[in-house]
Amino acid sequence: MNDMNLTLQEKRNARMGVFFLAISLAIVVFFALNTPAGLTTTFGLNPGAATNAPQLPDVPVPTASTIWSLAILTAFIGGWQLAKGFKNSNIALLFVVLIFVLAFLTWAARGQSMNFLGIVSASLLRAAPIAFGALSGILCERAGVVNIAIEGMMLSSAMVSVLVASMFRNYDALNPATGHPLFPDWFATIGRTLDSLNLSPAVPWYLLIGLLAGMLTGGLLAAFHAWLSIEFKVNQIISGTVINIFAMGMTSFISQRFLQPIQPLNGSGTFTSLPIPVLSSIPMVGPLLFENRFIIYLLFILVIAIHVMLFYTRWGLRTIAIGEHPKAADTLGVNVNRMRYINVIMGGVVAGIGGAYFTLGSVGRFNKGMTAGKGFIGLAAMIFGKWTPFGAFGSSMIFGFADALQQKLQIFSAQVPIPSEFLLMAPYIITMVVLAGVIGRATPPAADGVPYEKD
Amino acid sequence: MTKDEKSPSKLVKQTFDLVLIPMLAVLTALIIGGFIIVATDTNVYTAFEEGGLGVGLSAVGTSILVAYGSMFSGSVGSWRDISESLVASTPYIFAGLAVAVSFRGGLFNVGVEGQLILAVMASVYVGSRFPFLPWIIHLPLTILAGMAAGALWAGLAGYLKAKTGAHEVINTIMMNYIVYLFADWSLNGFLCRVPCSSPVSPPVLPSAYLPQFFYRLHLGFPLALMVAFGVWWLLFKTTIGFEIRTVGTNPNAARYGGIQTTRVMVMTMALSGALAGLAGASELLGVNRVLASGFSSGYGFDAIALALLGRSHPLGVVLASLLFGTLRSGATRMQSLASIPTDIISIIQALVIVFIAAPAIIRWVYRVKAKGTDEGSTVLVQGWGS
Repeated sequence: MNDMNLTLQEKRNARMGVFFLAISLAIVVFFALNTPAGLTTTFGLNPGAATNAPQLPDVPVPTASTIWSLAILTAFIGGWQLAKGFKNSNIALLFVVLIFVLAFLTWAARGQSMNFLGIVSASLLRAAPIAFGALSGILCERAGVVNIAIEGMMLSSAMVSVLVASMFRNYDALNPATGHPLFPDWFATIGRTLDSLNLSPAVPWYLLIGLLAGMLTGGLLAAFHAWLSIEFKVNQIISGTVINIFAMGMTSFISQRFLQPIQPLNGSGTFTSLPIPVLSSIPMVGPLLFENRFIIYLLFILVIAIHVMLFYTRWGLRTIAIGEHPKAADTLGVNVNRMRYINVIMGGVVAGIGGAYFTLGSVGRFNKGMTAGKGFIGLAAMIFGKWTPFGAFGSSMIFGFADALQQKLQIFSAQVPIPSEFLLMAPYIITMVVLAGVIGRATPPAADGVPYEKD
Repeated sequence: MTKDEKSPSKLVKQTFDLVLIPMLAVLTALIIGGFIIVATDTNVYTAFEEGGLGVGLSAVGTSILVAYGSMFSGSVGSWRDISESLVASTPYIFAGLAVAVSFRGGLFNVGVEGQLILAVMASVYVGSRFPFLPWIIHLPLTILAGMAAGALWAGLAGYLKAKTGAHEVINTIMMNYIVYLFADWSLNGFLCRVPCSSPVSPPVLPSAYLPQFFYRLHLGFPLALMVAFGVWWLLFKTTIGFEIRTVGTNPNAARYGGIQTTRVMVMTMALSGALAGLAGASELLGVNRVLASGFSSGYGFDAIALALLGRSHPLGVVLASLLFGTLRSGATRMQSLASIPTDIISIIQALVIVFIAAPAIIRWVYRVKAKGTDEGSTVLVQGWGS
C-alpha cells in the first residue's frame, strides 16, 4: 500500500470519527434535551400473542438517563475512532447506527411501551421480498448481467402464483355443475384426490404448485432478459425496462380480465406459520426466526446456500470470474455466455419466489402493482450489501426495519413529529449516499452490464 | 464518411431501413396484441366449444374487429376524438424528448416520471398563487417553475454521475420513489387545498392556464412541436449539442478533445429534466389544472419506449408520440366499448421496444436484410459503478 492510499484511509477514518461524534451530538440535541425528566420507556420482548417460547417480562428503562448514556457511549466510540481508530470501522459504524436507533426508539416511546421484538419481527416480514430481490440481483450481477427487471419478474410471479394456486384450490367454485366449467372434469379430480391426502395444513399442496408456477414465471422472464442481452446484446437496462413495462401491463390486463370478474381465481389463501419443533421454544430467537411461514425459511436457506455456492464452489468462483473478467475466464475454458444464461435464469427463479411472497406468503390475493417498487429497493439492498448474500440480507433488514418503524410510529405520532413518508424515503436516500461513496464505497463486479464478445 | 455513403440511393436505402424497422415493429406488436386480446376473450372459447370451427373463427374475427375498431374510432373517428389524441400526445412529446436528450448524451434518464411529478408540484405551487399577476407573467413563471424543478432534480443525478460515478439509472430510480413519497406527504400537507380533506392541491388560477383552443386541445401541443424543433436545433446545430453528442458517443475522446464532461453531463441531465418538467407543466396547465395523487399514469416510462422508437431523434420522437398518444386515447374507447383494459397499450409498447432494441428479430421475421450501418444501441453499455 502506498502513501496515497494510507492518507486516504486515514482521512476516511477521521471522517468516520467526526460522523460518530455528530451522531452523539444528534442524540443529545434531538432526543435527550427533548425528554422531560421522570419518564419510563417500556420495551416488550414478545413478538406475537401466542408463541412456543416462554413469555418474557417487559423491560422498563428510565428514558432520559438511557438516552444520555447512549449518547455518551457514542461519543466515546467516536473519540476512540479519532484517537486510535478501530480495526474494522464498518463494525463500529453499524454499532453506532444501532445505538442511534435504540436512542430514537427510547425517545419515541417515552412514557409509553413499545413492542421492540414485534418491530424486529415485522421488519423481517417487510424485508423478505426486498431480500429475495437482492439475492436475485446478486446472482445476475455477479455473472455480469445487470437486472433491473426484478420488479417486473416479482410482479408477474405474484400474479401467476396466486392465479395458479387459486385454480387448484378453488376447483369446485370454478367447476360449477351448470353453465360453462372453466376447467375440465379431470382437473377437479386431481384437486379432490390431492385434497383427500391431507398433506400439510401449513404448506398446502396448491400453494406449492402456485409457488412453482411463480418460480417458473420468474425464470422465463429472466430467460427472455438473458436472451435479449446475450444473444442480441441489447442494452441490459433497456431489456430490463421492457420486462418491467410488459409485466406492469400484462399483470394489470390479466387481473382486469380474469382475476377481478372471477373472484375464485384470485383467492389462494396463504402459507401459515410453521413452527420448528425445538428451536422455536428458544426465548426471543425462537419466535423471531423459527416460527415463520414456509417461504421465510426458504429465504434463510437461500441466503446461506447462495453464500456457500458463490464463495466455496466451482460454480461460484466461475460466476465471480465471468462477472469480473470474462475474457480471462473464457481463456481458461469457461463458457461465459452459457454461465450467464444459467445465472440470470436462477436469479429469475429467486425473484419468482419473492413475487410469490407478496401473494401466497402474505395476503393471498393479487392487487394491481402490488410490488410497489420492492424489486428496486432489492437492487438497492444488493448494492448496499456490496453484492454479498449476507450483506444484502442485512441491508434488506435495515430497509425492512425503516418500513416497520414508520408503521409502528404512527401510534406515537403525537410525540414523534416525523412523517412516515420520510422514514420510507430512508432506503432510497441511503442507497444514493452509499453509491456516491460518502460513507463506504460500493464497487460492482467489473464486467457488470457489459455484453461479452469473443474476438 | 466516404463519397459513396453520401450518394442519394444509399441515403434513401438507409432512411428506408431507419423507417421500415420501426414501422414493422409497431405492426408486429399490434398483431401480437391482437393475439393477446383473442386469447384472453372467454367468448372466443365458448364459441369454439359450442359452434365448432366456423363459429369460433368468426368469434375471433369479431373479437379483434371490435377491439381495434373501437380503438380506431376512438382515436380518429371524429374531430373531438382527434383532438383528444393530440391532447394525449402532448406530454408524450415532451417526455419522449427528455429521454431522447439523455440518450444522446450517453445517459439513461429513468427518472422522467419523478422529475415530471416534482415539476407539477412546483408548477401547481406557483400556479395556484399570485392572483394579482397578469397571465403574461404568471403563465411563463409557472411553466418555468416546473422546468426548474425538473432540471434541478435531474441535474442532481447528472452531478452525482459526473462527480462520483454513481450510476444515473439507479439514482434516478431511487429519486423517483423519493418524489412519490414527497408528493404523498406534500399533498397531505403544504400543497393540500384548505381545508385539507383529501390529497388534492388547490386549483391553478386561470391566469396560468394554457388555453384550450380545439375541444380540449391546448397551447401545450404547438408548444411541444416548437420545443421539439428547438431540441433538434440545439442537438444538431449548436456547439452545446455537439458536446452533448460527443460525450454521448465517446466520453473519453470528448475529454481529450477538451470538452468538460462534468459540465456537459450535468447539463444533459438538467435539459432532460427540464423537458420532463415541461411534460408535467403542460399537462397540468392545459388539461388537469389541479394536482391529485395518481396525476401521472407512467408518462416517464412510456417515454423510454418513445425515445427508442423515435431513435432519439426529435422528429422521430414526435411521430412516435403521436402514434402512442393516438393508441392510448383510442384504448380508452376500447375499454368502454369492448371492455379490454387499456393496459394492452403497455404490452404493445413493451413489444415495440423489444423489436426496436433487437432489430434482428424483426429482420428475421420479415426477412429484411440489414442495409447500411445499423444504428446500434443508443446508449453506452455501462456497469453501475462506471
